[in-house]
Amino acid sequence: MKPSREQQLWMYEQMLVSRYFEESIEKIYMEGKSPAFNMANGPIPGEMHLSNGQEPCAVGVCAHLDADDVVTSTHRPHHVAIAKGVDLDRMTAEIFGKKTGLSGGRGGHMHIFDADVNFSCSGIIAQGMGPAVGAALSRQLQRKGGVAVAFLGEGAANQGAFHESLNLAAVWKLPVVFVIEDNAWGISVAKSASTAIERNDQRAAAYGMPGHFIPGNDPLAIFEVAGEAIARARRGEGPTLIEIETYRLAGHFMGDAEGYRPEGEKDALFAKDPIPKFRNHLKASIGWTDADDAELVARAHGLVDGAIAFARDSAYPEPEEALEKVFV
Amino acid sequence: MTVASKERKLTIARAMAEAIAQQMRIDQRVFVMGEDIGPLGGVFGNTRGLFDEFGAERVRDTPISETAFMGAAVGAASDGMRPIVELMFVDFFGVCFDAIYNLMAKNTYFSGGEVKVPVVLMTSTGGGYSDAGQHSQCLHGTFAHLPGMKVVAPSNAYDAKGLMTAAIRDDNPVIFMFHKALQGMGWLGTERDAIVHVPEEAYQLPIGKAAVVREGADVTIVGITSGVHHGLKAARALAERGVSAEVVDLRSLVPLDRQTVIDSVRKTGRLIVVDEDYQSYGMTGEIISSVVEQGVMLKAPPQRVAYPDIPIPFSRPMEQWALPSADKIIAAFETMENH
Ligand SMILES: Cc1ncc(C[n+]2csc(CCOP(=O)(O)OP(=O)(O)O)c2C)c(N)n1
Ligand SMILES: [Mg+2]
Repeated sequence: MKPSREQQLWMYEQMLVSRYFEESIEKIYMEGKSPAFNMANGPIPGEMHLSNGQEPCAVGVCAHLDADDVVTSTHRPHHVAIAKGVDLDRMTAEIFGKKTGLSGGRGGHMHIFDADVNFSCSGIIAQGMGPAVGAALSRQLQRKGGVAVAFLGEGAANQGAFHESLNLAAVWKLPVVFVIEDNAWGISVAKSASTAIERNDQRAAAYGMPGHFIPGNDPLAIFEVAGEAIARARRGEGPTLIEIETYRLAGHFMGDAEGYRPEGEKDALFAKDPIPKFRNHLKASIGWTDADDAELVARAHGLVDGAIAFARDSAYPEPEEALEKVFV
Repeated sequence: MTVASKERKLTIARAMAEAIAQQMRIDQRVFVMGEDIGPLGGVFGNTRGLFDEFGAERVRDTPISETAFMGAAVGAASDGMRPIVELMFVDFFGVCFDAIYNLMAKNTYFSGGEVKVPVVLMTSTGGGYSDAGQHSQCLHGTFAHLPGMKVVAPSNAYDAKGLMTAAIRDDNPVIFMFHKALQGMGWLGTERDAIVHVPEEAYQLPIGKAAVVREGADVTIVGITSGVHHGLKAARALAERGVSAEVVDLRSLVPLDRQTVIDSVRKTGRLIVVDEDYQSYGMTGEIISSVVEQGVMLKAPPQRVAYPDIPIPFSRPMEQWALPSADKIIAAFETMENH
């Protein structure tokens, strides 16, 4: 399954939006945090986990989903949220803690919920697994079609919730796909130090489902494998486990000194940045020109700049609003 | 040598690491495990230096598998080891609580006292820096409610070292809660009053003994961890208007030193309890009941300044509004004055 020209351009554009979004957040996050770096300060306080470099995972998978399909994501959610079509203005406002945010400022960057496109994420490792399985069960029970996709990090594949959810999904033959974004690190702990096997796709065999490993952070390969897995789920043939080799070009979170990385690792990763690679691919395959590129980049930047202006211009919630929405 | 040069001011993070290192030097059974506690030295700095001194065998980075390593701590402890295990944020207890409250807390009782479970579970608590509802809770009441675990929570580095030493030497499970804002990590803000002189030699503080950290005659303010600092700030402000507030630092929730609180309230006749944990079914209610049950005569109804019964919001104006503060304590006192 090869992506059409439109699909490729869609993926590329989402990657551009996502990267520029993270770069913008990175800058704004630092406002008010120097000379002393205190997480509590600035227009975006709290922890901030950026997804720079991991865009291919989001776009290669979400290219096969529509708003009705369900996605659960992690503490590192922005790229997936963008590719899933989450309202960028309201997501940005949420990250700023504004009243116009998706949750009125109650959730923040680790708790992005957009019911219009069935997207959610949360901050505890492997926490999205069960809910994705449950959404898939609901689709099966309601006979209404649609699939669920759970994104997780390679570190999360060592959580009990991961293993229990795989088994449950397989036993009940649910329309769910598990997508591991293997960026080789769980904070400071390398995958090799935390995981008994080299590749998590091998674990699929233990739960009687197909497993795939995709090397090289390659959006086209991800598109192909994810397309198969999602089609299979839609046909009612059950779950699939996919592990994607991807690159975390940022620290674990903002403020991470990254002293644990081996010498030269960061440079090597930047040399494999998926965005210039994809651009070159488009030039070679579909006659993409610099002028085309400039136009698309401008559009992507415009979208993000607009969302940030929306967030900045929005008001904060009244303090007492903290008491609302505990129950409906 | 001047007096000042004898001062050895440490952060809570450094004091915890020092206590652990000293016990590891004299007791081969002590080892540490948890996420990012090895070469990184802990996300909150409380295992810094341990990996370099003791190596990978005794200072073990774990996979993100709390269910497994929390259960493993129980098993290793019952088999003669003395594990110190870190749960990075207390909010993550949900993925491993079975091993904590059904095994760690109960195996000694189930076995008629035959099985010892000398685990120290250290875990970070608290908010105030917009980390939202899964990374900012205190959960004092949740842990203290369930019998079989001692629960300590220091407000300063001196207590942190003494309580950590005592926790490691204790033959029972001890939950050691450290508040992120008191940890002395600049990126989480720094409460200066938590950074105090810490003697170099090992010492222990008794678990279950509160401290009167400021004496006063008109009102008793009771708190733990961050609540103590809010209480001290309020007491200083109240002093300026001629009100003398006594501040009690509980230091441990289990065992709970009710007597120190009762003695104080007998003297002052007024009680304000401060807690960053959720208000209902929590520490504040427990303290007030303990005083009222003893028939202590009160000049005004007791007050509590605790976290409202809502998930912790991300947005700064909402979170700051919901947190306990010195101002809220002063307002509570004014309510009592007007009674
Ligand atoms: C149950 C639980 N344990 C620990 C953490 C702290 N934590 C946050 S992110 C993280 C690393 C996650 O690694 P991975 O799953 O590979 O995702 P990545 O950060 O690489 O995207 C850890 C340990 C948590 N949030 N939840
Ligand atoms: Mg990872």
